[in-house]
Amino acid sequence: MTALLETRALSRSFGGLKAVSGVDFTLQKGEVRAVIGPNGAGKTTFVSLISGRIAPSSGTILFEGEDVTALPAHARVKRGIAYTFQITSIYSNLTVEENVALASHRPGKPGSRVFLERVGLADRAGQVAGTLSYGHQRLLEVAMGLALRPKLLILDEPTQGLSDGEIEGFIRLVRDVAQEATVMLIEHNMPVVMELASRITVLDRGSILAEGSPAEIRANHAVQDAYLGSG
Amino acid sequence: MSAKSILLHLAVVAALFALQFVASDYMVLVLTRIMVLAIYAMGYNILFGYAGLLSLGHAMFFATGLYAAALGVTRLGLGIPEAFLLAVVIGVIVSLVIGLIVLRTSGVAFMIVTLMFSQAAFLTVLYFGDYTRGDEGIVIPDTLRQFSVAGLSMDLTSPVLRYNLALGFLAFAIAVSLLVVRSKTGHVLVAIRENENRTAMLGYDVARYKLRAFVLSGAFAAFSGAAYALMFAYAGSTLASIQYSIHPLLWTLLGGAATVLGPILGTAIMFVLVDVASGFTTATLLAVGVVLILLVLFFPKGILGTLRQRYIRWLP
Repeated sequence: MTALLETRALSRSFGGLKAVSGVDFTLQKGEVRAVIGPNGAGKTTFVSLISGRIAPSSGTILFEGEDVTALPAHARVKRGIAYTFQITSIYSNLTVEENVALASHRPGKPGSRVFLERVGLADRAGQVAGTLSYGHQRLLEVAMGLALRPKLLILDEPTQGLSDGEIEGFIRLVRDVAQEATVMLIEHNMPVVMELASRITVLDRGSILAEGSPAEIRANHAVQDAYLGSG
Repeated sequence: MSAKSILLHLAVVAALFALQFVASDYMVLVLTRIMVLAIYAMGYNILFGYAGLLSLGHAMFFATGLYAAALGVTRLGLGIPEAFLLAVVIGVIVSLVIGLIVLRTSGVAFMIVTLMFSQAAFLTVLYFGDYTRGDEGIVIPDTLRQFSVAGLSMDLTSPVLRYNLALGFLAFAIAVSLLVVRSKTGHVLVAIRENENRTAMLGYDVARYKLRAFVLSGAFAAFSGAAYALMFAYAGSTLASIQYSIHPLLWTLLGGAATVLGPILGTAIMFVLVDVASGFTTATLLAVGVVLILLVLFFPKGILGTLRQRYIRWLP
């Protein structure tokens, strides 16, 4: 079976800094994959390479078995790779509904309610997005991600800045999304990772340090030293 | 599109039609100029108001239409309609080529590069003074200003014909603007203005949409320039100067960027202002400056933009 996503020897340097170096990574359809690692491990660079926001220095990216390395970001989105921003990036001057309508490629037309209902923002459809609370803006980001009907949804630190109550709701939402899309999650909040992820990839200094089930990662000494704290 | 907004735009066109029966000869001439130049501003507004790209060089597209039409009639011996069509086609081609180059930049660099291209165009007009007659300009003789369409003979020296032709063009420009603004393209352009990165990450080919807006506004400018040359029988290098790149920006800002009718209102007000001010002072620009400052203070989004924000939210 072809993997949904595969990277081969994927590298990206900024000047002398190797943010991502020689990463061989495979993601199967239907997984919820968490990518963790200390600050500066190259997580955001790695998913930016996958989504096409930045170009790799070398290496290949395969999506559904096809080489997408040379495709610009917007073409990858059309193939089914959706990226939600680490720093909330919505259209703050437009209404919530217009935000989602743009994401579903039907701007100026109705039909975006479904996605708002899934994240629980349907009652705020007419509100100007910039006036939403931070937690709600994050949910809007996810609704926009869903409206793209992605095969792979990349969530970059989705729970950052959310309250405990909001995080619980978020975990339920991701589980729900995972029924139909493969999810790749960059996350710092370990309880969230342990609860959601079917597999975890640990990045450290631009390379994969370890990969496995949550239990395996928890037991891994190298990971403990690098990241979880050996105590 | 809501019936209300269609009615409003029809009412504006109807009011302009009615105006010719009460306005003085002088006002008819002024209004004709306003309507022709408003088309230029409306095209500029698509790029600036909706897509958020501030060009300082649109005079080059206005001048392209202007000179293509004037030279078409005087040098190539074309009829008025043929010269007009030729000018618009050339305008589209020129804006496509220039757009492909200048859209590689954004922000301040975009302003500077468009300005540079436009200055180059201006100097080109002066350089080929043998053909363009530079400052002095090309004057289309009255004998060449007659033509016939579908068996009807027309004479562009007639103020009534000019007025109604300009009104017809303006109505056409309003219709095209409304269609663009309400289309998917219009919405995506606003999305690009609001958040370009996000728009790319939603799977839109941002570069293509920007180019579309650029060519559309360039085509409007050439359309307006060609109409100007043929109706007023004149094409001079002043009309290719930096001043004519700034004008549509001012008119758009005054009337309200990102509103369909704003540029028309802005163009009209600026003309009236200059006209009134010149009645009692030679320092007309001073008077205009004061009005602009007041505008920024009380109508930061332009007249229609601010009205829309506060009272009439459905305004396109």
